[in-house]
Amino acid sequence: MTIGLGHYLAVGATLFTLGILGIFLNRKNVIIILMSIELILLAVNINLVAFSSFLHDIVGQIFALLVLTVAAAEAAIGLAVLVVYFRNRGSIAVEDINMMKG
Amino acid sequence: MIQAIVFLPLLGAILAGVIALAGAHARNPSGDTVEHGHDDHAHGSHAHAAHDDHGHDDHAHDDHHAPAEPAAAGTAAAELITTALLFVSAALSWIMFVNVGFMKQDLLVHVLPWINSGDLQIAWSLRVDTLTAVMLVVVTTVSSLVHLYSIGYMDEDPYRPRFFGYLSLFTFAMLMLVTSDNLVQLFFGWEGVGLASYLLIGFWYQKPSANAAAIKAFVVNRVGDFGFSLGIFAVFMLVGSVDFETIFHAAPGLTGKTIDFLGWHVDALTLTCLLLFMGAMGKSAQFLLHTWLPDAMEGPTPVSALIHAATMVTAGVFMVARLSPLFELAPNAQAFVMLIGGTTAMFAATIGLVQNDIKRIIAYSTCSQLGYMFVAMGAGAYSVGMFHLFTHAFFKALLFLGSGSVIYAMHHEQDIRNMGGLKDKIPFTYITMVIGTLALTGFPLTAGYFSKDAIIESAFVANNPFAFYGFLMTVVAAGLTSFYSWRLIFKTFHGRPHDQKHYEAAHEAPLWMLVPLGVLAAGSLLAGFPFKELFAGHGIEEFFRESVKMHPNIIEEMHHIPETIALLPTVMMVVGFIVAWLFYIRRPYLPVELAGQHPLLYKFLLNKWYFDELYDVIFVRPAKWLGRFLWKKGDGFVIDGFGPDGVSARVLDVTRNVVRIQTGYLYHYAFVMLIGVAGLITWFMFGLGGQ
Repeated sequence: MTIGLGHYLAVGATLFTLGILGIFLNRKNVIIILMSIELILLAVNINLVAFSSFLHDIVGQIFALLVLTVAAAEAAIGLAVLVVYFRNRGSIAVEDINMMKG
Repeated sequence: MIQAIVFLPLLGAILAGVIALAGAHARNPSGDTVEHGHDDHAHGSHAHAAHDDHGHDDHAHDDHHAPAEPAAAGTAAAELITTALLFVSAALSWIMFVNVGFMKQDLLVHVLPWINSGDLQIAWSLRVDTLTAVMLVVVTTVSSLVHLYSIGYMDEDPYRPRFFGYLSLFTFAMLMLVTSDNLVQLFFGWEGVGLASYLLIGFWYQKPSANAAAIKAFVVNRVGDFGFSLGIFAVFMLVGSVDFETIFHAAPGLTGKTIDFLGWHVDALTLTCLLLFMGAMGKSAQFLLHTWLPDAMEGPTPVSALIHAATMVTAGVFMVARLSPLFELAPNAQAFVMLIGGTTAMFAATIGLVQNDIKRIIAYSTCSQLGYMFVAMGAGAYSVGMFHLFTHAFFKALLFLGSGSVIYAMHHEQDIRNMGGLKDKIPFTYITMVIGTLALTGFPLTAGYFSKDAIIESAFVANNPFAFYGFLMTVVAAGLTSFYSWRLIFKTFHGRPHDQKHYEAAHEAPLWMLVPLGVLAAGSLLAGFPFKELFAGHGIEEFFRESVKMHPNIIEEMHHIPETIALLPTVMMVVGFIVAWLFYIRRPYLPVELAGQHPLLYKFLLNKWYFDELYDVIFVRPAKWLGRFLWKKGDGFVIDGFGPDGVSARVLDVTRNVVRIQTGYLYHYAFVMLIGVAGLITWFMFGLGGQ
């Protein structure tokens, strides 16, 4: 069985769905939400790389590298925000983060 | 000169008012509600309330009447200014009385234009003819004496500048009333005295009963004023003017005219006079609209003497006399006046028989005497009614001021059952009160003798369907008057003291208060004979001239009545005196037995014919029910439910639900975003993308 574009896209879609579910089924921890976002970005990257290879267009792979860079920066900032948040509120449980409640 | 008479009291009122305001400001510079001072005063006046309301079952109350707080600066100045100005005004009034009454110098002074609107032309002007001059003398004399008396009587009250300001304001309004040249200015004075009366009845505003009495007086007077203003409208509709001259000139042409009201033809003059008389009934506390007068005794006693005995309550009598050219042309209205007058004279006298509050007895006596005056008005003997007004002012003010002196001596005790034997303690008050009582009961040669007998004679000869009724009522009431007046004297001054503590402490009032008593006593004795010919004899034509229009021949007929009829009131007076003497001096157990034998009658009289209860059921409770209904259902349910408040409440309901969508949980927002994105993509793929 040759592994074709469809397989890559299926893996990407699966990862994407897992990431989405990770965001809103998770009730515990904000870190898990950050990880879910990474997962979504990775799913997108897989899509980009798969299409790049399929279409023989190097731009997709370069863009994937850009996304990885941005994801790394985003993870750093997100963790920093999380640390400051924990210092201030003493908790990073998702249930407790509802100050915007109407 | 007339300007000085009328406006000096106003000046006094303004100055006293300024001093009162300055005092209030000094007491409470911030303008916030005063907690401290207020409490103090409220406490002080609780003592008052206790004395006035429960005096009879509260024997052990303390004797201290020290002021709860010191009087404001300038109090003495306010007293002196108002009193001095009033004395000047009174002196000028007597000069004016001589000028107008005997020198025939009638005055009509134009002061200011007031209302110019189409046909309606009204000016402030001062009209002085004999009728006005009589009232000027009565008002300024009694008022100046009451001012003087109040300096002594109110010496413990910290709010004296306000009191004197009100008194002077009242005097000004009363003078405006009597000097008016048109109905609207008369109405201005009418309402002015009503306002002053309200303010003075409620002078001790910390007492709930005083406030209630003030409101009652105001509301009951509004009923009468409603009729009065309708009467003024009717006059304007018929004549096109409210000036007295124009009205009287046009009046003879109005006989036989009718007013159509809802297909009902009423004689125009009769209707107008009845409406105007309704105002007089309210102000002069006549039968059906009398209920406010006894309650008005909640005010300070000098006020009762000035306003609720001598001057304001006679405004109705004055008004009828002033409008005599109209009433003379409306015999049916005159008959009604006579009916009401006779009924009031009798009915108030019966209530006076059993009352126990010294001021209330005199109040009912006032009510009864006002009935007498209206009997004379109904008979067409207007000058005779004015005569009684004139003499009554002296002896009734005397009786009130005397009772004030008694109350002062007894430390604010008002129940005559707790008095007794005071004649040795306060002999001067006793003598003056006896003089007042002699005059009131019509003892020969006192002031009341001439005027009251003249009224009864005029009722006897009047050409009026209710003339005999009026005659009968006034004769019987003369006996009752004598009885209750002597009952008051005997229970207060004779017999054994019932309250030993107060009796021991009783003392004669200061000179301030005794001088007015003396002057009024002299007036009660002397105001009758010298004026007899002028008011009820052959001097009427010369003296009153155009100011009143008498029933033709009535004076002549009054002089030709049988001797027995002329003697009847004196006989009734003697009978009343003997019965009172028998009941309260000779056999004091008799009245108790009598009351025991006729408990129903006694209760009926003691509860003032149950008028207050009747009005409570007929008017007060339905009015309260209506008010509550409109408040709860009309305003609370309909307006607040569906009106502006209702709309805003619905908006709030909606937003309250919308707000609950904002949970604040991140995953909820993320979920909604996902749904949104999914929806958007679906739409692109199957909606737009499909094309």
